[in-house]
Amino acid sequence: MNGWLDVIDGGLGNAIQDAGRYGYRHMGVAVSGFLDPVFAACANALVGNPDDAAAIEIRGLGPSLKVRQGPLRLALSGSISASILRHGGSTQELPAWHSATLETGDILKCGAVSGGTAYLAISGGIDLVPQLGSRATYQRAGIGGIDGRLLAAGDALPCHRLTRNEYREYRGEPWQHPSGPIRLLPGPQVDHFADGELARFLAATYCVTRDSDRMGMRLDGPALAHRSPAHADIVSDAVTPGTLQVPGNGLPILLLADCQTVGGYPKIATVIRADLPRLAQCRAGDSLRFTTVDLPQAREIQRQEATRLTRWQQGITTYLPAGYLDENALYTCNLIDGVVRAEPPIRD
Amino acid sequence: MSTPSYTTPRLLPLGDSAWTVEFAQHIDPAIHSRVMALEALVDEARRHDPVFAGIVDIVPTFRSLTVHYRPDTDPLGLGERLLALAGQAEASPLGGRHWLLPACFDPEFAPDLAVVAERHGTSPADVVQTLCQTAFRVYMIGFMPGFPYMGGLPASLHTPRLSSPRKCVPARSIAIAGEMCAVYPWQSPGGWNLLGQTPVDLFVAQDNPPALLASGDFVHWQAVDRGEYAEIERALACGDLHRQHFLHGGTA
Repeated sequence: MNGWLDVIDGGLGNAIQDAGRYGYRHMGVAVSGFLDPVFAACANALVGNPDDAAAIEIRGLGPSLKVRQGPLRLALSGSISASILRHGGSTQELPAWHSATLETGDILKCGAVSGGTAYLAISGGIDLVPQLGSRATYQRAGIGGIDGRLLAAGDALPCHRLTRNEYREYRGEPWQHPSGPIRLLPGPQVDHFADGELARFLAATYCVTRDSDRMGMRLDGPALAHRSPAHADIVSDAVTPGTLQVPGNGLPILLLADCQTVGGYPKIATVIRADLPRLAQCRAGDSLRFTTVDLPQAREIQRQEATRLTRWQQGITTYLPAGYLDENALYTCNLIDGVVRAEPPIRD
Repeated sequence: MSTPSYTTPRLLPLGDSAWTVEFAQHIDPAIHSRVMALEALVDEARRHDPVFAGIVDIVPTFRSLTVHYRPDTDPLGLGERLLALAGQAEASPLGGRHWLLPACFDPEFAPDLAVVAERHGTSPADVVQTLCQTAFRVYMIGFMPGFPYMGGLPASLHTPRLSSPRKCVPARSIAIAGEMCAVYPWQSPGGWNLLGQTPVDLFVAQDNPPALLASGDFVHWQAVDRGEYAEIERALACGDLHRQHFLHGGTA
């Protein structure tokens, strides 16, 4: 840890996340972590990090950051872009799915996410001290990230600086999540719903409402009927991100990463892990349809998506950033090889 | 809704990342005892059996045990083994730890005490006495980190939730709703009836373990006055006293 990044503007709705906090759910501690682990893995790969290195999750207006100690490599994934204000005075655009190297004194100004969830990864990952085994921010309990809260001006983010500016950058194709209906497994309380309600649910289209955050999304559409009014409540049992719980009003709530560990509403179905990242990219007003799969199918889909991510990472290419083609670079860099990136950049 | 417990536990998928083993659909100390027995069996199995190696979280609730697992786990193999273990999980008289926790029932800490007493045709002092004579069983921790759902409230004190929840319940408030007793670890909104406050923190992220109580524990309230409350609060804050001090008689 010898790189530093200062937050000069925290933006809105941005926090440090990683793969999540496991081993504490029996104490009521949510898993938290990346809403879209695939987008996060892409941004991390572009700066040479492992998939689950801590990164900034952007859900609104992105932050502005100034490099206190560089050079650092940064990359964005998602529906977002940023501009780089070089300490020398020039300005450059940084589109998503591209990396950039920032020198000491350079400033990165992120724009707003145009819906969904975006990530800003930094070389070496954000090297804060983990709390309860994770750097993921869990605001409800004030755990992880920076004092368990959103990013704010004045925060300092420890990371790793590159040993030298390579004068080349990395890019990948924008990641495409699977399309088609969201896949789920019925249960555990599908028997709390009237006959035919699961079929009605699968035949219907639901709309993502504005009433959505990291804990869950409320959906609007046909209200689902419980077997009886008494069946609208259960003696609380465990839930997990992806669980579709249906309270007495019949409108499903889709639980996400910061959801509680237990809940008292019947759960008609649970979204498979491979489709959780797709939920992170939903915006208010989006339409959702659902279909069921069985466990072996869910496992196969999970395997395919993991393979697709590996291929995406292997397909990352290098390029020469505009305005950085100087003579020094031409003489010191090998511009021909390394088109396919297999290893992280050299660090201190 | 009255539902009997199943002669055979049910194995229910919670998506493709967890299994729930359900023993019943109602609240019953004997059922919870089987949940805790299964928890012990699974916890033991994950230490040496590769089938259980992918387990990341084991969550006991009132009537079921949920086992969250990693993507590299064979879910059907794990489910089969969980169900087999569930068949062996017998209710045992062995309980969890017993806590003797200080509780202050001063009117300032107990905004609903008088109303609850009146509702049940008794006095606040009698309500406090009943609370302090009850061994509350921690069925599960949930809703928020460290929040214990405790059963054992005598029927004479069963009370519905407030019709309009409070926007702000002070941290460490002792509360009842329905047949349950709970403590709010943090200041939060809440609809339970507030009967007192404990000076002991329910969740401290820096402590190991962070949550004071665990599923299967028993809590006994010991009434303290404002002076004692303040003294205990001070001693805990400056480290003269540790939360473990209130553990009574070791593990039962």
